[in-house]
Amino acid sequence: MSTTPILEVRGLSKSFGGLSVIKDLDITVGTGEVVSVIGPNGAGKTTLFNLISGIYQPDEGNIMLDGESIMGSGPDQISNLGVARTFQTLRVFLNMTVRENVMAATYGSTKTRMWQSALRTPAARREEDEVRSIAEEKLAFFGDRLMGYRWDQPAYSLSYANRRRLEIARAMATNPRLLMLDEPAAGMNPAETHEITELIGRLREEAGYSILVIEHDMHVVEGISDRVIALDHGVKIAEGSFEDVAEDPLVIEAYLGYGAASTE
Amino acid sequence: MSNIGVDSWVAESAERDERYTGWAGPARRLLDRVPSGWKLLVFLAVAAVYPLLVPQAGVRIGITALLLAMLAIGLNTVVGWAGLLDLGYIAFYGFGAYFYAMVSSDQLSVHWPTWVSIPVVVAASALLGALLSLPSRRLVGDYLAIMTLFFAQVFLEVIVNFERLPGVDIDLTGGPNGIIGVEPWQLFGFSLNTFNRNFYLLLLLLGLLIAVLRNIDESRTGRAWRALREDTLAAAHMTTPVNRLKMLAFAVGAAIAGLTGTILGPVQVGVFPNNFQLLFLITIYAALILGGLGSIPGAVLGAVAVAFTPEILRNPGTAGWLFYVALAVLLVSLLRKRAMVASVFVGLAVFGYALRFTLLAIWDESILGAANDTFLSRLLDSWLLILGPAQDLASNYAFVLAVGGMLGVIVAKGWWRVALLVPTVYLAVFVWENKLALQPSVTRQLLFGGVLVVMMAVRPQGMLGTRRVEIT
Repeated sequence: MSTTPILEVRGLSKSFGGLSVIKDLDITVGTGEVVSVIGPNGAGKTTLFNLISGIYQPDEGNIMLDGESIMGSGPDQISNLGVARTFQTLRVFLNMTVRENVMAATYGSTKTRMWQSALRTPAARREEDEVRSIAEEKLAFFGDRLMGYRWDQPAYSLSYANRRRLEIARAMATNPRLLMLDEPAAGMNPAETHEITELIGRLREEAGYSILVIEHDMHVVEGISDRVIALDHGVKIAEGSFEDVAEDPLVIEAYLGYGAASTE
Repeated sequence: MSNIGVDSWVAESAERDERYTGWAGPARRLLDRVPSGWKLLVFLAVAAVYPLLVPQAGVRIGITALLLAMLAIGLNTVVGWAGLLDLGYIAFYGFGAYFYAMVSSDQLSVHWPTWVSIPVVVAASALLGALLSLPSRRLVGDYLAIMTLFFAQVFLEVIVNFERLPGVDIDLTGGPNGIIGVEPWQLFGFSLNTFNRNFYLLLLLLGLLIAVLRNIDESRTGRAWRALREDTLAAAHMTTPVNRLKMLAFAVGAAIAGLTGTILGPVQVGVFPNNFQLLFLITIYAALILGGLGSIPGAVLGAVAVAFTPEILRNPGTAGWLFYVALAVLLVSLLRKRAMVASVFVGLAVFGYALRFTLLAIWDESILGAANDTFLSRLLDSWLLILGPAQDLASNYAFVLAVGGMLGVIVAKGWWRVALLVPTVYLAVFVWENKLALQPSVTRQLLFGGVLVVMMAVRPQGMLGTRRVEIT
């Protein structure tokens, strides 16, 4: 683990009207680290993601990527800087082919102007070929699951689990340093959940991403996390190894209610 | 266990789509094998022969179709690809037409050479398009539509009332009378001053635009447009600068519309506010949607259909052909099995003769009138009742019954549908021969509307469009 964290969030606050969703939150993700964010519904996990990826601007605090502040940038700029994410509710481009879905995520890293595409200049064709092979490489990462024969099919023909995989492949094509996965195992059956756990391991080991993940399935959290952060009502209530956090009285209370921890 | 997620049904879906069912299957398979570049060349070749075979009036209709096709493929960029519901599109067409007219007529006594005016007009249209894209940064869907519709109306008001605007003492637009005496394009010392020359100019431009747009569609720009149509937020998170791409889509669409406008003026030797009414905007949308939103060949085909159908329907004879063909197509599309289609035809024959002989047995031959002289008249003479007295009254009742029957047919299933179709089709033919064929002006609009309704009911995605799925 390197000394400069890939992501450093300091004193982050966000409220919508009178509702304070994130309060004075500090989070770091080290290079090559997998950090899980857990917490009951409404704890502010997805809002945290939306703040980092630039959908919302924070009221207070600072977000730094590799030591550089990314405050004030829009989602497209932040994704260009190397933060990619998936969505809790799937947002693949349904009426585009599987391959196109992934190719679309390379817009920021390609340079062909529209007139070059219009005339099909050699440079435009070369870049198009590169983008195509990048997309196929990312899809190949999922092996059998997203294998060649489906790449020309529209994304809507994919099963739910495969759409989740496609979303991860699409995020990979933006060439990220930090990958943010919003509930990657939601709606998956036990076998698929197990597979996701292995996949996240491979994303770190083979693809070399630092990963911030929101997850409700504790088996997944246990299997993947270097560190776990528990949120409740926008406040960090525990941080540490999975075992430490799982036994923290505040975490148990947040999930099961007041007094649940003491009866044990 | 290892089969979870590897669903073979999904894997084979592409092959299932390949296996076109129905009677048109072989033709569609053949058409799929032809590369799109060849199809474009064939289309251009066929279109190029067209003016040689028809009188000047026919060439004029061809020009209308080509203008509409240009507008439709331009609109397709904004609406079909980028998914931005732009109802201000007609204003760019008007802007291009008026701008070109101002610098190529005696209105302002300005006469720019074509090689200057065309690039300037196109660039100015693109700029105006980029400007109109600004509201689309915050507005989408219906909200954007209303905003852009407002722009179209403002444009129309401005050109009609320009002279009356405060502080204006020059008549730029000619007010309600428009600008007349718009000069044709002059290229390489060659004046494009006939219908035929303008037809070929339009055809050339259309061919070039189709080729260019197809390339853009398959490039990063086209993909980014489709991505933001599918899910703008997700597209933004996948490194797409959404606002810049919206602006680009508006600019490209506006440039194409502006360019098309510069040819309208020379063709009708003038530009008038009436050319840019909302009704024509709806016609452009009709062409695009009928052809298939998102498809360039569809947009062209839709434009040709929308431009030619009312002309074809002008002649009662051809209108009759179209009526019976449409009826046959409807029959085939409503019925799944050949046996059912055959039974409807047999049923019709029996029903017609039975009805005729029964009625003639009750009343005498005086109820019969003279058959309208159409191509089917001899065949129909012994089968159909062409009424003499009370023709109008009877056909009015029959019309209402036929519409009711049609509604019943849509609701009914299987053999019930067959049973209902027999009297309904008979009534439709009865109404046609007794009423509609005698009043071409009414029939034309009615039949055109009917064709559109049937088309969209049979293929909601348009003639050449792809069905879009919205499930999350």
